[in-house]
Amino acid sequence: MAEGTYRQALQQALREELIRDERVFLMGEEIGLFGGSYKITDGLLQEFGEKRVRDTPISEEGFLGAGIGAAMGGLRPVVEIMTINFILIAMDQIVNNAAKIRYMFGGAIGVPMVIRTPGGAGVGLTAQHSQSLEVWFASTPGLIVVAPSTPADAKGLLKASIRSNDPVLFYEHLMLYNDKGEIPDEDYVVPIGKAEIRRPGKDLTMISHSLMTQRSLKAAEELERNHGISAEVVDLRSLRPLDFDTIAASVRKTNHVLCIEEGWLSYGIGAEIAARVADECFDWLDAPVKRIGGAEVPMPYSKPLESAAMPSHERILEAAIRARRGS
Amino acid sequence: MVEQSTRATDRPLPLPRANLLHLLEQMVLIRRFEEKTMEMLALNRIRGYCHWNIGEEASVVGAVTALTENDRLITSYRDHGFAIARGTPPETVMAELFGKEGGCAGGRGGSMHMVDIARGYFGGYGIVAGHLPLAAGLALAADYLGEDRAVLCAFGDGATNIGAFHESLNLSKLWHLPVVWLITNNQYGMGTSVHRASAEAELYKRACAYEMYSEQVDGMDVLSVYEATERLLRRAREDREPSLLETLTYRYPGHSYADAGKSYRTKEEIERWHQRDPIRLFQRYLEEHGILNQGEYDLVERRVSQKIEEAVKFAEESPFPSPDTLFKYLYAEEGTK
Ligand SMILES: Cc1ncc(C[n+]2csc(CCOP(=O)(O)OP(=O)(O)O)c2C)c(N)n1
Ligand SMILES: [Mg+2]
Repeated sequence: MAEGTYRQALQQALREELIRDERVFLMGEEIGLFGGSYKITDGLLQEFGEKRVRDTPISEEGFLGAGIGAAMGGLRPVVEIMTINFILIAMDQIVNNAAKIRYMFGGAIGVPMVIRTPGGAGVGLTAQHSQSLEVWFASTPGLIVVAPSTPADAKGLLKASIRSNDPVLFYEHLMLYNDKGEIPDEDYVVPIGKAEIRRPGKDLTMISHSLMTQRSLKAAEELERNHGISAEVVDLRSLRPLDFDTIAASVRKTNHVLCIEEGWLSYGIGAEIAARVADECFDWLDAPVKRIGGAEVPMPYSKPLESAAMPSHERILEAAIRARRGS
Repeated sequence: MVEQSTRATDRPLPLPRANLLHLLEQMVLIRRFEEKTMEMLALNRIRGYCHWNIGEEASVVGAVTALTENDRLITSYRDHGFAIARGTPPETVMAELFGKEGGCAGGRGGSMHMVDIARGYFGGYGIVAGHLPLAAGLALAADYLGEDRAVLCAFGDGATNIGAFHESLNLSKLWHLPVVWLITNNQYGMGTSVHRASAEAELYKRACAYEMYSEQVDGMDVLSVYEATERLLRRAREDREPSLLETLTYRYPGHSYADAGKSYRTKEEIERWHQRDPIRLFQRYLEEHGILNQGEYDLVERRVSQKIEEAVKFAEESPFPSPDTLFKYLYAEEGTK
């Protein structure tokens, strides 16, 4: 075990997989010479050369689709989309091609590729650069969507994604890149489709992913300290497939649920979980399921407005108390 | 950079006799197969869309026949003929149209999603130009793995106005990918003529913007198409040079089952293109060169007709997929949802 950042964890995973499997290669805008917009791939071009670390033009639909074709042709592409906001240009490739090819061709061929992309708000990047769109992909059958919240998971999930035989949307968070944590030394993978209990508790289940899991953990400490509420924090890690067993087990224990997400609430991840909890865990609930998420506006620029649009520590805390009280 | 080739029919025999007859038989097979699908649509054996290659047989067969066994093919949804030309048994194409388990995509794909990976056919795709980036990627994989193969990517005239077309051409030239971009210019995207859709109606000229070699050929002349495609595929394989080939052709029926193809085209225009029917043209060529007589042509028709009867029989007898298999093939690992 050594301490490292989320950014370093991602780079370690890429580096180790590039060494492990000749078919793995990286492709994206500014990932080589420039070193990566967020420096995840810094130094990899120098170490592995242009064949393995390929700079692309600003051509998201073109190179993401080329990644799909390369995967069908026997390679294991890891395509970086600079941020999830730019992925919309390539939406057709992901939803109509990557997600459907195995199924619509009756299993004749699959698409083993990874699409890495960061998202999230909080640093004044405004309306077109602050979105959390991962749920759009999570609602698409045929895709796998993962979103790690810790350095150790970032590495293990990225390795699992690269080894997966299906297309994976790997969602990173801009605000997590500098987070530190222990990263195991050995070659390990974090299984896709398994949630993790980050903090055990008995009064309330807090369900989230990515940055919001870190915020939930902070809120849970304060809930324990100042409000006498013991909160269990479930880190989804995988949005599709969703590990509902872990959620249900926690709900049976705490009988109270709060879903936290950074994206818009309507038709969101919390909406999905709340519906399934109501359907499958109704008898175990002592209070209505509560949700908290991003305000449904394009992200404003001004700092007080941006803060007001995000699920802050204070707002998560308040929502948790209400979820526990049932009011 | 831009060239117009002369008609191959003016030159000495470019292929052995048996190969020439094979080209003819493939074209007839596609024509009769497509006609049969119209019948089967009327009988409700086939559902949904049906985009036919009738009129385009020379473009399809000429281009696909130029592929080596190693080469790869990827196409738009107008794909029945491409699959058949690549050697996919007509019965599995028909069974796919019937939605049967014995179809080339197990009945999951339908008319627009024929596939035959074993024969290097990477499928038909339903979003206009959506498969062009995939072709670039297939070519990238071939290059990366040092494989001796090229990719042929077929699409329509309408597809050249979408960003994916331009992005894919740019990537292929930038990265020296072994791919031939094939525009089957049948003059229309649904009801919109090339002139009403493209500022530059000579579509092959668009390659200039990417420093890419391109040609336009007579798409009603199977030998011209064959000769050009063969040469460009070789160039892709040996020199890692992509290129763009435009075949000028025509679809005789409507765009799909719900279109008679008459509201946006004049009778005179349709008639003019019928006078250059690719099958008749090639039949006449073979007769003029003493390769075929009427009796032999009738034999071709008879063999084709038998194949098609067998295809229908196979499709009828093949079982429907069981509803229990609804989630099969969604992910590599069964049971994942
Ligand atoms: C992106 C997209 N827009 C619209 C359609 C609907 N559509 C299906 S075929 C077609 C015409 C395409 O024309 P062309 O590329 O010339 O191919 P052709 O059908 O003539 O073979 C259209 C507009 C579609 N499938 N995809
Ligand atoms: Mg057309």
